[in-house]
Amino acid sequence: MTFSPELEARFERFLAKYPADRKRSALIPMLIYGQDEVGSITDEFVEEIAKRVGVTPLEVREVSGFYSMLHHKPMGKYHVQVCTNISCLLTGGEELYERACHKLGLGHKQVSPDGRISLEEVECMGACSWAPAVQINYDFYHDVTPEQLDKLLDGLKAGKDPEQITEVPKVNC
Amino acid sequence: MADLVKFTIDGIELEAPAGTLVIEAAKKNGIEIPSFCYYEGYSLQAACRMCLVEVERMPKMQVACTLPVGPGMVVRTNTPQIQAARKGTLEFLLGNHPLDCPVCDKGGECELQDMVFRYGAGESRFTETKIHVDEQQWSPVVFYDAPRCILCFRCVRACDEGMGVGALGVINRGAVSLIAPNMQDHLNCDECGQCIDICPVGALTSGTYRYQTRPWEMEHVGTICTHCSDGCKTTLGVRHEQIMRGNNRDRSGINGEFLCVKGRYAFDFYDHAERLQTPMVRNVAGKLEPASWSKALEVVAKKFGEIKARGGRFGIVGSNHTTNEENFYLQKFARECLGTNNIDHRRTGDVTTLVDALSGTSGTLATTADLYEKKAFLIIGADLSIEHPFLAFQIRANYRHHQAHVYTVTADEVREEKTAVRAIRKPRFQEFDALPELRDALAAEPNLVILFGDSVKGEDVRKLVAFGESLGIPVSYCALVDYSNSRGAIDMGLTPELLPGYHASGTPGLNVGEMLAATDLDAFWVIGENPLENAKLSTKRPFVVVQDMFLTETAQKADVVLPSASAYEKNGTVTNGCGEVQKLKRAVSMLGTKPDLEIIGLIAKEMGFAPRMGPWLPDTVFNEIRKAVKGYDIPLPAITLGAQQTMPVNGRVGVQTNPDLVASAHENLFTSGTLGRYSKILNSVIEKRANQ
Repeated sequence: MTFSPELEARFERFLAKYPADRKRSALIPMLIYGQDEVGSITDEFVEEIAKRVGVTPLEVREVSGFYSMLHHKPMGKYHVQVCTNISCLLTGGEELYERACHKLGLGHKQVSPDGRISLEEVECMGACSWAPAVQINYDFYHDVTPEQLDKLLDGLKAGKDPEQITEVPKVNC
Repeated sequence: MADLVKFTIDGIELEAPAGTLVIEAAKKNGIEIPSFCYYEGYSLQAACRMCLVEVERMPKMQVACTLPVGPGMVVRTNTPQIQAARKGTLEFLLGNHPLDCPVCDKGGECELQDMVFRYGAGESRFTETKIHVDEQQWSPVVFYDAPRCILCFRCVRACDEGMGVGALGVINRGAVSLIAPNMQDHLNCDECGQCIDICPVGALTSGTYRYQTRPWEMEHVGTICTHCSDGCKTTLGVRHEQIMRGNNRDRSGINGEFLCVKGRYAFDFYDHAERLQTPMVRNVAGKLEPASWSKALEVVAKKFGEIKARGGRFGIVGSNHTTNEENFYLQKFARECLGTNNIDHRRTGDVTTLVDALSGTSGTLATTADLYEKKAFLIIGADLSIEHPFLAFQIRANYRHHQAHVYTVTADEVREEKTAVRAIRKPRFQEFDALPELRDALAAEPNLVILFGDSVKGEDVRKLVAFGESLGIPVSYCALVDYSNSRGAIDMGLTPELLPGYHASGTPGLNVGEMLAATDLDAFWVIGENPLENAKLSTKRPFVVVQDMFLTETAQKADVVLPSASAYEKNGTVTNGCGEVQKLKRAVSMLGTKPDLEIIGLIAKEMGFAPRMGPWLPDTVFNEIRKAVKGYDIPLPAITLGAQQTMPVNGRVGVQTNPDLVASAHENLFTSGTLGRYSKILNSVIEKRANQ
C-alpha cells in the first residue's frame, strides 16, 4: 500500500519519536492521520500499519475498534461531531445533536448520499469551558446556539465550505 | 525471600511476603474473594470488578486482584457494601448474558452460575433488549458465542502469554466489545483449546463437545495422553463408554491445566469407523477374514511353536505407545520363551547414549518441573512449541514468571526465539558449532537445562555432556523423543542390544532395519507399530502377526491381525521423555479388542509358557519391572496420582548403540503418526489450514 509523500514523511516523523523497540507507540497517530488520506480504516491499511509498527493486524484492530474517532467506513467530506457529554449535555448539546439529525436527515455515523456531510454524536472533546461544542473535521465551534448550528448546517448543505460560512466563525486553537 | 508483611483480612491476622496480592493472600488462608478476570499465572486485568473489598482508611472499595498487601492493612471482604457491590456487578454481567443455561455446555460447571448462586441478586433492574450477536465458528475446534461472553479476557491472555500465539484480541468498546480471532473471521493458531477451557462461561465452546452432554452425566477418568512424549495428564469425560471430552481442569498431573490439541481432542481415533474389532486370519485364498480370538491365537501359537521348534528366525517390533508392562512382557516373552533377541522399536531420540554419557558426571536428567524452575535453557535442534508443546509451555511460563534465559540453536525460526536471549541458526547436525560462542554466557548462568532433538546423537551427545560438564554449573538434560512411551520402550529393553534397565543383552540380534533386510525371517511380529508403511520385507512370505488398532500398511500384509486396545482402554504405566513414570487408567472399553499385554499373555499361554511368563496383570508385571529396571523401584502410590522420575542406570550402559538408528518423525502439532491419521479432529484441522 502506498501513501502520499506528505503522509509518508509524517509517518517517518511519528516513528522517529519512539525507540526502535517501541514503534507501536506511533500506532494511534498513524491510524488517525492515515485515515484522513485513506478515507477509513480498511483491512489493507490495517495490514500495512501493523507491518510498519511491528504488531499483528489483530492488535491494530483492537486499537481501531476501541477509538470512536477511527472509522471503519468512509465518513463525509465534512464530518460534523456534536458532543453530548456532561458539560455539553447541561448546556443543550443533546438538543443540538437532535436538531442536526433532523436537519441533515442523518443518524449517528451516517453519511449523506452525496458523501459530503456525515454526523456523529461524540464523547467529550475537551471543550467543556465553551460548551456546547461542535467540531467539523478538525475545527472547533464553541458556545454553539441552535441558530448558529442551523447556519453551519444550511451552509454545508448549500455546498459551502465551513470557511465560507463566515457568520459562524471557527475557533482558532 | 521477600519480607513478611502483617495485615488483617476479616479480623484474622495474617502474614504474607511483600508484594502478595490481597486476593492471593485471602485464598491461601481459606477466604474466598470471588473474581472472574483474575487468573493465577497470567497478567492482571482488573476488568470484572467482582473482587472488590473494603480496606480501612481507603476511601473507596478496592480491587483485591491488583492490590498488594501492606503492613497493618485491614481488609474486609464480606460487609453489606461488598455484598451489594457483588450483586451489582453480577446484575451488570447478566444484563446481556443469555439465560440459556439449560442448553449451554458450561451449565453445571459455569463460574457465572456459581457466582450468581452464591453472591447474586434474584432480580434484575434491566429491561433493555439484549444485544444479540450470531454465534461464530472460528476453527474446527473453537466456536464463539458473543452474548455469553463476560469480557474477562482470560482467553486473550492464555493465548498470548500462555501459548505465545496471540491469536485472540478484543475489539470495540464497552457493552459491544467482542473477542476477535486473528484472521478476521477465523483463527490461525495452535488449536490447543486452552481458551475454551479457561472461559468461565460458555462463550467459547469446543467443536467436538458442544451440545453433546451435560457435565454431570460424565465420569471423569484421569489418564495420560497417548500422543507425544511430554506425558500430559488428560482427564477424559466418559459417558456410556464414549469419551466426550479431554481436559485437565483440576490441574492435576505434571501439566497442570495445559493440554494441546492432541491431548484435548485427538482421543477421537479410538472410535474411528475403521477401528479393528475382530481378529483376522489370512485364509487359503490369501484374503484376511474375520476369525474368533481363540482361532486366531491358536494359529499364532501353533506357527510360533513350529518356528521355534525348528530353530527358525523371529523378528519382533514393539511400539512407542504401548505401556511399560506390555513392552517388558513382550521382550521377556521374546527372549525367554521364543529364544530370540531380534526385538526392536523405532528409536526417536538418543536416550541410551545420554544416560551412558551422564554416568560419572554431575549432570542429571531434567524433569518437566525443572523446565519451569531452572534459570537457563539451551534448546538444540528442536522446534519445541510445535513438537513438544507442553515442554515449551513450561519454559514460556518460566520466562514470564522468572525471566528464564533461553538460548536456541535451530535450523529454522522457532517460537522460542521471541523470548530468547540468544538465538542462533545452524543447519541440522551442525548445531554443535554454535556452542563455543555460547560458552561464556552459559557458564555465567546459575544452572542450565539442555534439550536436544535427534540431530544430536551418538558421539555428539557425549560431546554435549562434556561441554555441559565444562561449564562448571549444574546442568540437566533432556533427550527429546517422539511418542508417549518412546522413553519407556528403551527403558524396557525393546532393542536387540539392551535388556531392561540398559544391561547389555550380550547376544546378537536384529534391529528393525536388519529385520526388513533379512531374507530368512520365519516370523515377523509387530505390536502397535507400522514398519511397512514405507518399506518392504525382504523375506518372501514370512509368517506375519500384527497387533494394532487399525489395518495399517503393515497389518494389511499380516497373516494374523489381532485387534488391540488403545491407551485409553487399558491400565498400565508409561514413561515420558523426561523419564517420569505415570499411570494410564482405563476410561472406556472397545468391544472385540484386548490390551496388548493380554494378547501377548494369551499367545504365551497357548504355547504353554504361562507359568514362565506369569499373569498378564499390569501391577504384577510392574512389580517385575521394579526388580529388573533400576529407578523403577518406586512406590505405587507415588504414581497413582502423580509422576515420578526414574534414572534408569547407575554407571555405564553395557553396550554402544548405533546412533544411525535414531530418527525422529518430527511430528508437528497436528500429526501423530498412525494415530493422527485416524483422528477426525486432527484431520479436520489440517484440512482447514490447507484450505486457507
